[in-house]
Amino acid sequence: MSRFFGFVKKEFQHIFRDVRTLVILFGLPIVMIILFGYVVTTEIRDVEVGIWDRSMDQASIQATQKIFSSGYFVPAGYLDREEQIGELFRSGRAKVVVVFETDFEKNLKRENRASIRLITDASDANSAQLAQNYLQGVLMNYFQSLNPDINAPWSVQVKSRMFYNEELKGVYMFVPGLMALILMLISALMTSVTITREKEFGTMELLLASPLKPREIILGKVTPYVFLSFVNALTIILLGFLVFKVPVVGSLWLLMLECMLYITLALSLGVLISTSAKTQQVAMFMSMLGLMLPTILLSGFIFPIDNMPLILQWFSSIMPARWFIVIVKNIMLKGTGFVYIWKETLILLGMTLFFILAAVKRFNVRLK
Amino acid sequence: MRILLTLLVKEFKQIFRNKVMIPIIFVVPVVQMILLTYAASLEMKGIKMVVVDQDLSQASRLLVSGFSASPFFEIVHSTTSYPEAESRLTGDRADVILHIEHQFEKRLYAEQETDLQLVVNAINTTEAGLINAYCTQIVGEFNTQIRSEWFSLDASLRMSSLDLKPSFWYNPLLDYKIYMFSGILVILVTLIGMLLTALNLVREKEMGTTEQINVTPIRKYQFIMAKLIPFWVIALFELAFGLLVGRLLYDLPMVGSLGLLFLFACVYIVVVLGIGLFLSTISNTQQQLMFVAFFFMITFILMSGVFTPTDSMPQWAQKINLLNPAAYFMRVIRMILLKGSEFRDISREFFSLLVYAVLILILAVTNYRKTT
Amino acid sequence: MTGTLEHIIEVRDMVKKFGSFVANDRLTFHVEKGEIFGFLGANGAGKTTAMRILCGLSYPSSGEIMVAGHNVYHEREKIKRKIGYMSQKFSLYDDLTVSENIRLYAGIYGLGRKEINTREAQLLERLGLTHIKNRLIREIPLGWKQKLAFSVAIFHKPAIVFLDEPTGGVDPITRRQFWEMIHDATLEGITVFVTTHYMDEAEYCDRVSIMVEGRIEALDTPAGLKQSYESRNMNEVFLKLART
Repeated sequence: MSRFFGFVKKEFQHIFRDVRTLVILFGLPIVMIILFGYVVTTEIRDVEVGIWDRSMDQASIQATQKIFSSGYFVPAGYLDREEQIGELFRSGRAKVVVVFETDFEKNLKRENRASIRLITDASDANSAQLAQNYLQGVLMNYFQSLNPDINAPWSVQVKSRMFYNEELKGVYMFVPGLMALILMLISALMTSVTITREKEFGTMELLLASPLKPREIILGKVTPYVFLSFVNALTIILLGFLVFKVPVVGSLWLLMLECMLYITLALSLGVLISTSAKTQQVAMFMSMLGLMLPTILLSGFIFPIDNMPLILQWFSSIMPARWFIVIVKNIMLKGTGFVYIWKETLILLGMTLFFILAAVKRFNVRLK
Repeated sequence: MRILLTLLVKEFKQIFRNKVMIPIIFVVPVVQMILLTYAASLEMKGIKMVVVDQDLSQASRLLVSGFSASPFFEIVHSTTSYPEAESRLTGDRADVILHIEHQFEKRLYAEQETDLQLVVNAINTTEAGLINAYCTQIVGEFNTQIRSEWFSLDASLRMSSLDLKPSFWYNPLLDYKIYMFSGILVILVTLIGMLLTALNLVREKEMGTTEQINVTPIRKYQFIMAKLIPFWVIALFELAFGLLVGRLLYDLPMVGSLGLLFLFACVYIVVVLGIGLFLSTISNTQQQLMFVAFFFMITFILMSGVFTPTDSMPQWAQKINLLNPAAYFMRVIRMILLKGSEFRDISREFFSLLVYAVLILILAVTNYRKTT
Repeated sequence: MTGTLEHIIEVRDMVKKFGSFVANDRLTFHVEKGEIFGFLGANGAGKTTAMRILCGLSYPSSGEIMVAGHNVYHEREKIKRKIGYMSQKFSLYDDLTVSENIRLYAGIYGLGRKEINTREAQLLERLGLTHIKNRLIREIPLGWKQKLAFSVAIFHKPAIVFLDEPTGGVDPITRRQFWEMIHDATLEGITVFVTTHYMDEAEYCDRVSIMVEGRIEALDTPAGLKQSYESRNMNEVFLKLART
């Protein structure tokens, strides 16, 4: 046993000696959470809007002012020709162009009907749609404020309650996803690479020839990363709480336990990758190319799984991150207990066992 | 020149001899492009709704039928017990609860106004916002309907209307796939180009073969160029390959000039590989390099605007993006392919990257040490 | 010829420090043109460090050092054109063939295509490797690799070749053949600077220096050393020096 601890200590020293690696290991979650908290939001802000006002009357000017005072839109210039719309879009200087028809105010007053064209650069369909919705909302509000006296009777008022996230903070959704992503990548990438490194340099043979048992070697290599990943998980939770006030509504202990389970899973996946990769490069590409994008895209981290085609939903259910995200959301944000997440936990447990068994089997094959 | 040629022959031979890497370079990205493109949609349909109708009146039924007729909502369960509905929300078996309380109809008649509760799972704020908007819209329609049909409010009292005519250029069907595809293509080209180049050089360092190169009279720029050019060719090829796949499978529009796109890509890839080489000059092992590269790459990618618009990012982030080559290419590839932008539309990006390319190459060459 | 010209390597007070650790402590020696100069010492005595400085791979902390008539501070690139080097780590490309490795290094030194063709054929013939010239380096035995690495290091006919423990891990027969190759190289006018810790190999050298803890403790012909340390062979010389 002391031999084993000696080995683990050596592995720790190996990691801690390289300051740059350490800075990145611990800096990564911090940078990521700031990125997701402030930068990568699906909300829109400062959308550039071009105005083509063909009537230039009081109503159209007021409507324009309303658009720009809403906070979502910034002016991208005024147009006076149809061709300019395309020019603005092609140069990327505007996302939306609002066209007021001629005699806008007159039509509004005389015929009770006036039209506004809202032309959107829809190459980015998601934000185009959002911008459209917001713009329509702003214009409708403005229009209703023109007719305050017609507050119609017999109406149903909608009272919405935003559950689990009263203030509608985007970062609520990203904290669980970020944990899933960072833990998966760091754990799987790191372990697969350090183990493959020993293989590539022939030092694995040396270790195998030592009195350490193969499983002690693997455990020894993996242990430091269990620790590092765990610290990373804590960092994310703490930062989320301190900077963005993301609470841990449920049991912190349960959350920690689930994190440990997920870390173990990611590490065993890393070991499995290392048994089939001969060189560090291959291990790296397998873990980075193979894990990064699918974990971001198929886990429900950014894009809802329910909207995906069936085959992708099926793929997403073999992504461990998907289940972990559900677990974290439940414990952190909804405050539910184990009753609501036992199924997901079992799935993660099963996956972990599968990875471990497969890794052991491949490892033994290699030894023979 | 002949020395450079000799080195290039060596690099190409080594790359194509590596039987494991070739599939990783070409197959994995294509599979990902094909699959993942479908995953990335924020479009909402089939929002799972639980109806708690405690009124069970004519009015409440009419309202509920408005929701069941909407393509956005799918009523997965109806009940009269609110706690039951809430447990479904908690168990992720519902996205929203429509709660119609007792006396809904009675109040509507008596007080001319009544309200209904909407309980939304708001962890995903974008989703919650959309759900809320759709609901408000349906309730609005309900209001108009009962006013005219039940209470036959006369037309003169009806509001004058503002006619909003939305139109979506370049992508009238709001197909998100083509946008996403080009984004994922940029990520893959960047990821593969940068990693391959950087790892290649560090690997030689780690293996000790650079020692042998360093005692020869090879110039630093020759060595760096020999490391750059093969992967530059591969990355360009990868881009072409990806575009072809997109064209065949997704009908990826190519409105603008492909020549312009490749001209831009030529410069972009030099920048990316230059960064990779620079990173490899400051690392001694592949492990070290991987950490640093991973960090840069994930930051570059997330900030590049692949999933979310860069215009909505805070000012400081947009400033950082001036140094993020992926942000330039992400923007330009979509401008050219989807909107047919021309050289003058992208000239600022082009010249910025050109300067970037020159600077990063100088940095990589001067930072490569033949002598320690 | 003047005295300095015959000294193809001239080192005076060379010091190399890594932080507070002194790897080379005021080394002063010279190497004569055309000789086999043995650079002996225990592991960690500072042999490789010194050799790397002479090859221009590492900066000295101080001292005057001339290699092939050029200053190592300012004219490293000129030096590199006149030297060959075979490093301790194995330095041919594993994933290239025998022939490709030869042609790579020949190309790097700017040899013409015709010249490369004829000399490659000659070399393969002499080494008896013609039949495996299209095999990958990783597939051929270590002894052959080492001989090939040496041949590649002198393919461009350098004035000096530096060999850093060239015979590590090689069987005695191959070692003997290897030393024959070294000897042949000197006949072509190449000066050989070789580090080793096989004391029997030291006997093949014209002159030998022995390093202990960063300093040169002795420098003479093998015969001279044996005489002054009253030893029967170099092994005893070495042990006596290392113990003091």
